[in-house]
Amino acid sequence: MRLSSFQGLLLTLAAIGGVFLLVGMPPIQAGFIVLGLALLALPAWFSAPVVRVVGGALLAAVLYLFLRLPLPPALAIVLAAAVGFAAWCYVPPRILRRVCVLVPSMVLLVYVTSLLMYSAPGSPFAQEKAASDQVIAAKRAAWGVPESPTEFFKIYMTRVLEDFDFGPSLTVQGRSVMDLLGPAFPVSMSLGLTALVLACAIGLTLGIRAGLRPNSFADYSSMGLAVIGISLPNFVIGALLLMVFALSLGWLPVAGWGTYSHLLLPALTLALPYAAYIARLSRAGTIEVMQQDFIRTARAKGLSEREIVFKHALKGAILPVVSFLGPAAAGIMTGSFVVETLFGIPGMGHWFVKGAINRDYSVVLGTAIIYFSIVIAFNLLVDMAYAWLDPRVREDL
Amino acid sequence: MARAAATLAPEKGTSLWADAWRRLKRNRLALGGAVLLGLVAVVCFVVPVVLGLDSETTDPANSFHPPDAHYPFGTDNVGRDYLARVLVGGQTSLLIGVAATLASVLIGVFYGSLAGYYGGKVDEVMMRIVDFLYAIPYMFLVILITLQFSKEARGNPLPIFFALGMVQWLTMARIVRGEVLTLKNREFVLAARTVGAGDLRIIFRHILPNILGVVVVYATLTVPAVIILESFLSFLGLGVKLSWGVLVSEGVGVVNPIESHAWLLLLPSLFLALTLFSLNFLGDGLRDALDPRTRR
Repeated sequence: MRLSSFQGLLLTLAAIGGVFLLVGMPPIQAGFIVLGLALLALPAWFSAPVVRVVGGALLAAVLYLFLRLPLPPALAIVLAAAVGFAAWCYVPPRILRRVCVLVPSMVLLVYVTSLLMYSAPGSPFAQEKAASDQVIAAKRAAWGVPESPTEFFKIYMTRVLEDFDFGPSLTVQGRSVMDLLGPAFPVSMSLGLTALVLACAIGLTLGIRAGLRPNSFADYSSMGLAVIGISLPNFVIGALLLMVFALSLGWLPVAGWGTYSHLLLPALTLALPYAAYIARLSRAGTIEVMQQDFIRTARAKGLSEREIVFKHALKGAILPVVSFLGPAAAGIMTGSFVVETLFGIPGMGHWFVKGAINRDYSVVLGTAIIYFSIVIAFNLLVDMAYAWLDPRVREDL
Repeated sequence: MARAAATLAPEKGTSLWADAWRRLKRNRLALGGAVLLGLVAVVCFVVPVVLGLDSETTDPANSFHPPDAHYPFGTDNVGRDYLARVLVGGQTSLLIGVAATLASVLIGVFYGSLAGYYGGKVDEVMMRIVDFLYAIPYMFLVILITLQFSKEARGNPLPIFFALGMVQWLTMARIVRGEVLTLKNREFVLAARTVGAGDLRIIFRHILPNILGVVVVYATLTVPAVIILESFLSFLGLGVKLSWGVLVSEGVGVVNPIESHAWLLLLPSLFLALTLFSLNFLGDGLRDALDPRTRR
């Protein structure tokens, strides 16, 4: 039996919907998810001109939502339209196709997260002292958390789209999600970025050093370190670092946040597993590049070893690393849940875990949206960097 | 290599697996990993039964007892035998590692081979969904899935198998899909089709045996990833009742400058590290053995 591609799509979606219905999901929710997945898949059928139009329009719409708050509406519309038009003209279709997928996937993420939060046992209003039904109903109405997840999704999306408001926290009295995450965002970002930079610096140094002289002492020692980094969970590394540097030697503070010395241990803890992975990738990349003909040519024309490595080999050696940076950024973000807990850092990971345990729906959704946006933005950047480094990819960008 | 073997013994070609086994035997690190892993597993599963160790009996008079002849691993804050706790915790960690990996292999192979075999837009749609799930930080999904189970249920390992299996299948699906894509246009598939084999038969009887090597390698590397993930969850207080992750996180809690009960952190960390080391070495060795192209 051969299927046409469109029949294949319908079959896939129907199968997924069927599975959802089988496990007892209400038809509305299953329908919503299948619809979301369909929207996610649809851009695969768009031809390049359609992608340009839809992508440009979506980009303009998203931009308008952001610009509308600080600017007068007319100016916001004009600016957003201008950017959308520019995107239509100049941005490569591959990137615009990404945009077409991203907008529905963000909406789908919010919906699926609300569903998962709602289906978890317990509720944000469960307290030690049982409140009467009327009190709970009044609270649900006041905070915009009705009984049905689909209703909640509607209220939440309207609030976000109309006022860019992520709602009140359901468990921290009198604070909005913005109040909680606003100060936490720069904390997590500086931790994550420091960790990423450290991971690249350590990983590339070890990997290239090992790759230039395979099977030497430098190689074995670097790769031995890398295996340790990959094999140990980062909170074990963190705890050991704490024992040595904070407790025994007393050089660095045990926990807390505020100065650079507070940043060092957690960032190192977070970075080491990724440094190890980057070291392996760049070792393999270096070995491969050094066997290429153009390196032989460079040697033949009498370049120094240093010039060969830095001018010619490096670019090839870091290609596999660059494509790993997207997943690494996502991993560092999630790793920060653990590291922030271990070192007592007031970041977003802390709020996510707390929100999930306390069933604080709006805090969880807020962190989800922020994490997802960061990962997406980073993946886009990585894609562009990859195209810049590797001309073979640039062609079809 | 294969040609050399053929000239030596022309009547008998060596199979992929025999070749792989020969290469694996030469890799000391991988063999050492396999032996060590077997040792850890035997110790964790056999010793508590043979010695009749009990991980739950408390003995408050002997709390924080340092390791000695009677308590080889010391005791914890309420005087429970730490040897028993480390070994029984190891059972859970190993079981979760293997079970969640099996779940992820089943889902990933099924999904990936369908996507790769049907190709085209079906593939595009199915991989789009994988991409979407990939972009969500996995820990996030695991936590949300673990929350689905009540507090009592969360103590037992089953929800954790499920949650970890649900996120780990993504990479497996991608790998299997890539392999199937390259295999499905080969002559043997065409041959199977000409004699009238159906799609499912072609996928499961003809293509899958050829990608088993890759699947085995990746599964070996998934086990340590799952064990680490489980320990993260336990560290955050969302995991099982007793596993290496739980012990390490409790150990982190009691280490302080005034009264360092370092063994509570170091012993479970040591077991965890040994297991993860050997799994990683074994996985790397298997990859080199089964896929000589990537050998460096």
